[in-house]
Amino acid sequence: MSKIASAFAEGKAFIPFITCGDPDLATTAAAVREAVKNGADLIELGIPFSDPTAEGPVIQGANIRALSGGIKTKDVFDLVRELRKDVTIPLVFMTYANVVFSYGSEKFIKTCSEIGIDGLIIPDIPYEEKEEFQPFCDKYDVDLISMVAPTSEERVAMIAKEAKGFIYIVSSLGVTGMRSSFSSDLDAVVAKIREVTDVPCAIGFGISNPEQAKKMAAVADGVIVGSAVVKILEEKGVDAPSSVGAFIKEMKDACRG
Amino acid sequence: MTNPAGRFGIHGGQYIPETLMNAVNELEEAYNHYKNDPEFNRELTELFNEYANRPSLLYYAKKMTEDLGGAKIYLKREDLNHTGAHKVNNVLGQALLAKKMGKTRLIAETGAGQHGVATATAAALFGMECVVFMGEEDTIRQALNVYRMRLLGAEVIPVKTGTRTLKDAVSEAMREWTTRIDDTHYCLGSVMGPHPFPTIVRDFQAVISKEIKEQILEKEGRLPDAVLACVGGGSNAIGSFYHFIEDKDVKLIGCEAAGRGIDTFETAATVNTGKLGIFHGMKSYFCQDEDGQIAPVYSISAGLDYPGVGPEHANLHDIGRAQYVPVTDEEAVQAFEYLSKMEGIIPAIESAHAVAYARKLAPTMSRDQIIVITISGRGDKDCAAIARYRGEDIHE
Repeated sequence: MSKIASAFAEGKAFIPFITCGDPDLATTAAAVREAVKNGADLIELGIPFSDPTAEGPVIQGANIRALSGGIKTKDVFDLVRELRKDVTIPLVFMTYANVVFSYGSEKFIKTCSEIGIDGLIIPDIPYEEKEEFQPFCDKYDVDLISMVAPTSEERVAMIAKEAKGFIYIVSSLGVTGMRSSFSSDLDAVVAKIREVTDVPCAIGFGISNPEQAKKMAAVADGVIVGSAVVKILEEKGVDAPSSVGAFIKEMKDACRG
Repeated sequence: MTNPAGRFGIHGGQYIPETLMNAVNELEEAYNHYKNDPEFNRELTELFNEYANRPSLLYYAKKMTEDLGGAKIYLKREDLNHTGAHKVNNVLGQALLAKKMGKTRLIAETGAGQHGVATATAAALFGMECVVFMGEEDTIRQALNVYRMRLLGAEVIPVKTGTRTLKDAVSEAMREWTTRIDDTHYCLGSVMGPHPFPTIVRDFQAVISKEIKEQILEKEGRLPDAVLACVGGGSNAIGSFYHFIEDKDVKLIGCEAAGRGIDTFETAATVNTGKLGIFHGMKSYFCQDEDGQIAPVYSISAGLDYPGVGPEHANLHDIGRAQYVPVTDEEAVQAFEYLSKMEGIIPAIESAHAVAYARKLAPTMSRDQIIVITISGRGDKDCAAIARYRGEDIHE
């Protein structure tokens, strides 16, 4: 069984996203440890990319700050090695296809496996293109996370049937970033997924407060929050980790219902 | 099971967020239906001929031929199209397709502004809403085109992310499309992006080589020895090459923007300096660093200032069917001035890259050989920038 499943084993999972290297790697490490201490069940670590086409302004900004600080892919691998000395919850990378491809797809995914990365989220790899990475993910036991969107409709079953780790349900149209309303069909999407698989589902994109987290946790098995966490890092910089921890505690409590 | 759709050799594909998959599938389905629909093709031909001024001239450049003293030179005058560039061919096709699909809003990216102007034009003609994304840097370089788009009723959104040029405009248009799909068609301006765009745009631009072939056979009774066109994303080039791909004796030469030179970082010559990658929905060659971060490319030409190249070009390069040569800013500016004085034709600075290479190539060929250069657009929009390059500050 996938190690990722353990994140969903004890009630609703809370999954924060943090861009590695924003503002620096030491702050990322401290923020991750605060997140773990305050109840995060799984953490998405973003490897910065120059042109993140699925991101809204907040996470775009984090990518640019991290790259301006000189973060390289190998630095992120070193960060994970350091975190794995004490962090035991599942960790996944979120990045773009070219970051993986340019490193050498097999070498990248083999390294993920060696350093303790349990899954990969690559928003520019839809079902039709997953063969780009899936064979290496299978070989090195890293889950390639499938995404389902409000526009997926008849594609949901096809995607869900082959999903591993967890299914990332995109809450609404558009890019990442805080918003006030979500697709009204999320219940139906979860129901379609449930017809074909028991793989847990987590909803992300735009969730920024406890009220929204509670509502989404009632629909799915987990809640993903990116921009709202990154916003704290943007505003507080190296002093952000304790505030990140406090926010995660509040959000995790909301998910418990 | 994977879908091999939209591959050119190893290039192409559909590397896009799941949110957009049904939109591109719907587009592919509609295109496959309408491309063989006689009524659609009749309407498109009418638009081409009655609105866009097609067929465009194939002009024998006698003075230039005599001056260079080698191959006979013909210019394919896409600059004479309505809106002043080849972009209108693709836009009329896509706008008509979007209308048939029930879309009421067009969004587009633009670099030099030619594709934005063409899209705004088609939107005005079809009574559709239009939003154009343009890098903030380019809105300054091409202020006149920004005004033209607004005059045509489009909203122009200056993109302030990244390098504030064409690649960022593409990213922003893709983001906008994921936000609003139902009523919106993304009118992509080049032979790039996810399948089916490289094929659709190629097919609408292929009218260029179809006409060249008919016209040269009529004038010369034989095919040309070489066809030259500038390459950014590569739409006028693929349009100029397409009907000659099977004619192996016709050399196909794409002229890339080398900027300050391919041995500098200030270049946009993707095939010459880039490596294989995945970006903007496609696998192809991209200018990038060793970590796969997309490089901030540079060219004097806003229309060629793009870090990637269309997947069909990447494949034509791989199989050796087409050749891609770098042309510097300085060479392009000289060619811009040369063609203006020699033939009384002011080419777009993009097209001047192809003219520049022809000036090197023609003298190495014999007088019974033939070169066709596609003049993809007119150069009025570039006059202020070229004057600045030459140290003269003029105000429009």
